[in-house]
Amino acid sequence: MTTSLESDLPTMTNVARVTLRHPMRWVTAVVCVILLSLVFRAFAYGQIEWSYVGQFLTAKAIMIGFSNTLLMTVLAMALGIALGLLAALMRLSSNPVANAVAAGYIWFFRGTPVYLQLLLWFNLALIFPVIGIPGLVEARTVDVMTPFLAALLGLGVCQGAYTAEVIRAGILSVDSGQIEAAKAVGMRAPQVLRHIVLPQTLRIITPPIGNEVIGMLKHTSLAAVISYHEIMHTASMIYFVNNRVIEMLIVCSIYYLFAVTLLSLGQALLENRLGRSLNKSSGKLKVEEGVGA
Amino acid sequence: MIPAILARDLRKSFGSVSVLRGVSLDVQPGEVFGIIGPSGSGKSTFLRCLNSLETIDSGDLYVNGEFVGYCFERGNLRELSDREQSAQRMRIGMVFQRFNLFAHMTALENVTSGPIIVKKLSRVDAGEQGRHLLDQVGLAGLYDRYPVQLSGGQQQRVAIARAMAMDPEILLFDEPTSALDPELVDEVLETIRQLAQQGRTMVVVTHELLFARDVCDRIAFMDQGQLIECAPAEDLFATPQKQRTRDFLQRFNVSEPS
Repeated sequence: MTTSLESDLPTMTNVARVTLRHPMRWVTAVVCVILLSLVFRAFAYGQIEWSYVGQFLTAKAIMIGFSNTLLMTVLAMALGIALGLLAALMRLSSNPVANAVAAGYIWFFRGTPVYLQLLLWFNLALIFPVIGIPGLVEARTVDVMTPFLAALLGLGVCQGAYTAEVIRAGILSVDSGQIEAAKAVGMRAPQVLRHIVLPQTLRIITPPIGNEVIGMLKHTSLAAVISYHEIMHTASMIYFVNNRVIEMLIVCSIYYLFAVTLLSLGQALLENRLGRSLNKSSGKLKVEEGVGA
Repeated sequence: MIPAILARDLRKSFGSVSVLRGVSLDVQPGEVFGIIGPSGSGKSTFLRCLNSLETIDSGDLYVNGEFVGYCFERGNLRELSDREQSAQRMRIGMVFQRFNLFAHMTALENVTSGPIIVKKLSRVDAGEQGRHLLDQVGLAGLYDRYPVQLSGGQQQRVAIARAMAMDPEILLFDEPTSALDPELVDEVLETIRQLAQQGRTMVVVTHELLFARDVCDRIAFMDQGQLIECAPAEDLFATPQKQRTRDFLQRFNVSEPS
């Protein structure tokens, strides 16, 4: 009896290999090209004065508006992350008072629209004509609550409520075994948090926080309602005068897309850097040889 | 002499399940003490009570002559503060079944984390001591590897070096080889064997019965939350007194000394 190794089944050696055909890829490509050319044609024949777009893309007012948008994104997000971290830690603490305060904060600021909150902050003078510490510092609320401050508080305080939940989820997902190991080494609770939990939380929350930053960039446009001079507000001031609504909106779109592209790239770089301890084959390790095992 | 560990009638339950049902034992300073028994017998829970990773429901538990997790204050028992608790844990090292290395730190950073963060040792001194400890457990040259870049056996040896870096009076091992591939078990057991010769008090919960017999001075057999029998290692294997111990040992074919 012959073994199956000697059987006359055909061999794979020295037979030409052909790739699998993917006809659907060609079909989808053709459909996309047709649809895109239709859209392109529509815009080309549409009533858009592209010269206005080019002209206002570099207009000083628009550039100032855009820098205000960026400034507000950075500051409101910084406030949001600071408040969010604080609220997340309070939510997770064993202190029942801190816990309840944080839960109440998250409940209120997630429960009402940002738009409404912006109006509330901006109109604070209607409730409290004067603010400050009685007898020490006092000021008229209308003077203090500028569009800038109202936008910062409205966007940042609300963002904090969302970020708190993102950070809390990140903290909870850190391996509890590592926390036990840190305690066993003799670390106190704040040391465990700072040296073991938070560094690993940072890696976990980078993608959702990146998402929130991109969201914030666009939410700043809501501050136009309380006449903070961000890019959408500036654009509307211009199209009220020259009536070039679509052209101005296209200019804004270009700026937003540009900023989001940069932010996405930055997020990818940050994730790469934070994930290096999870990289199984780090380049420089190739020289060393495993001992033992 | 004050025993390193003294447990009297220790009881603990998780909800309606009692895990420890009146465990009493003592471990003398310098002794290597083994705890064996089937899964779910409460041996890991007992070990975790020793450094307050679990709290006990009733009974007395002394480690290094101090009540664990509590102190006497004006005739009452008061829970230890965070600071007092960590001071107590510093004197007890622990090695876990699943290694539990800090994933964002290199092997060396894992070992030096305790000395730097808890003992406030300088980075240079801690680094020197850490490298020395890693050399001792056979990981020279792997200082800069992250846990994911190490095999299970190597990770567990880093974890042992990390526990040793705090120079604890007592070292606890919670099934240190249970999560390892069979061919990696020996390197970890060899490391523990070397430590056992240094005269440090050690409590080893393990399924490696032959290893326990060779290394431990005394061994306790636990089953269903109770301590069935505790005897010098050779005696427990040669002449087990209780039927339950005999049944357990026979299943592993190690009741007769080789």
